[in-house]
Amino acid sequence: MRKVKAEQIKDVIKELFLKANFVIGTDILDMLIKRQKEEKSPTGKAVLSQIIENDVIASDEKIAMCQDTGYAVVFVELGQEVLIVDGDFNEAINQGVREAYEEGYLRKSVVEEPLFERKNTKDNTPAIVHLEIVPGDKIKIAVTPKGFGSENMSTLKMLKPADGIEGVREFIIETVEKAGPNPCPPIVVGIGIGGTVEKAALIAKKSLLRSVDERNNDDRYARFEEELLEDINKLGIGPAGLGGITTALAVNIEFAPTHIAGLPVVVNICCHAARHAEATI
Amino acid sequence: MKIVKIKTPVTTEKIRELKAGDNVLISGIIYTGRDAAHKRLVDLIERKEELPVDFDGQFIYYVGPTPAKPGDASGAAGPTTSCRMDPYTVPMLKKGIKGMIGKGLRSEEVVEAMKKNGAVYFGAVGGAAALIAKSIKKVEIVAYADLGAEAIHRFYVEDFPAIVIIDSEGNNLYETEPKKYRTI
Repeated sequence: MRKVKAEQIKDVIKELFLKANFVIGTDILDMLIKRQKEEKSPTGKAVLSQIIENDVIASDEKIAMCQDTGYAVVFVELGQEVLIVDGDFNEAINQGVREAYEEGYLRKSVVEEPLFERKNTKDNTPAIVHLEIVPGDKIKIAVTPKGFGSENMSTLKMLKPADGIEGVREFIIETVEKAGPNPCPPIVVGIGIGGTVEKAALIAKKSLLRSVDERNNDDRYARFEEELLEDINKLGIGPAGLGGITTALAVNIEFAPTHIAGLPVVVNICCHAARHAEATI
Repeated sequence: MKIVKIKTPVTTEKIRELKAGDNVLISGIIYTGRDAAHKRLVDLIERKEELPVDFDGQFIYYVGPTPAKPGDASGAAGPTTSCRMDPYTVPMLKKGIKGMIGKGLRSEEVVEAMKKNGAVYFGAVGGAAALIAKSIKKVEIVAYADLGAEAIHRFYVEDFPAIVIIDSEGNNLYETEPKKYRTI
């Protein structure tokens, strides 16, 4: 067994949340620059320039690119030959989040209970942790601080197998159209198809960790991603919803085995501040 | 591109001059308020009690900023989604709010009340929080400090960039502009 101290996990989590909130991925930045050049709407062009300028300021000055510094979502692939020592794994993750949000002057946006008091936990914990045990002796950690302007525009639908590709397409386009300007376009559209209710949602979220210039490994799904992106950008919503040909930067689909009777689809929308960061211990 | 400079507070006459599509630079005072602060304000209005701020002629910005770093006037401060404030907006307009700054769609009821009371809905670019913060020169908390980021802040701003999305006649960029680029 390879021993890893809980404190090391804490340190990595902290560093990843700081990085994700300050520095936009080069995949997103490059895509924004490309799209800014191609955008036909003058307002859309101006909005994209503002977003690019914003992302440069955030990275240079180490301040949050968006005031909604998100719910802390953590994906962990834990090698089965790793033994975590000198501390509690879950607490290490929460402590990493706590320190990042405090020391990085990030906003604390979590309430401890959703319905009655909605009292802020004041340190942005607890994190949501998705844990997978995998072969090997490494720990792979991916974090995504998820903003709720776009999370609120996300949808789930249990389609019938007979609805097929066209049914899925219609549902995705309808979701993006209804969301309009609310999720801060240009957006990244994360799609989970298959599995069960929670599996579809999980893989939709996971798809948002993928670079916007990387397509699904399966050619059929890669083509579907490209077709959907083209259709979405024909909606005219545009940057900030003020009109234009840049409504989405990418459509990322993940799929999973599903039941003979089902076709679950989750559309998890992410704003242009599509923040994620990864590290391996 | 037409750029209009505005100084707050404003009169209804001045607000009625603004048209959808105008780019504006706002200077003066802007108050902040999100879901939790709006709920408390509207509870006070319903109980006919005094509000902690006189909103007559003022602008309200739907924002919950990040904490400011030492030496900075403000943390990142971009707009939040406005429709969450729709259920509270009509009473706020009756209290004299002349401008709302946010992002995203508004309800029909809100637009009707804007036309009636003479008010404008401005859009700031969602996710341009670090850039927008540059125009905020001083920040004070004026009410509900216990709400943290959701407290009512008074922002002193210089040339805060925004665009008139819905004017006081109900003209709405979200309805007119996307149509021009729609090809599906």
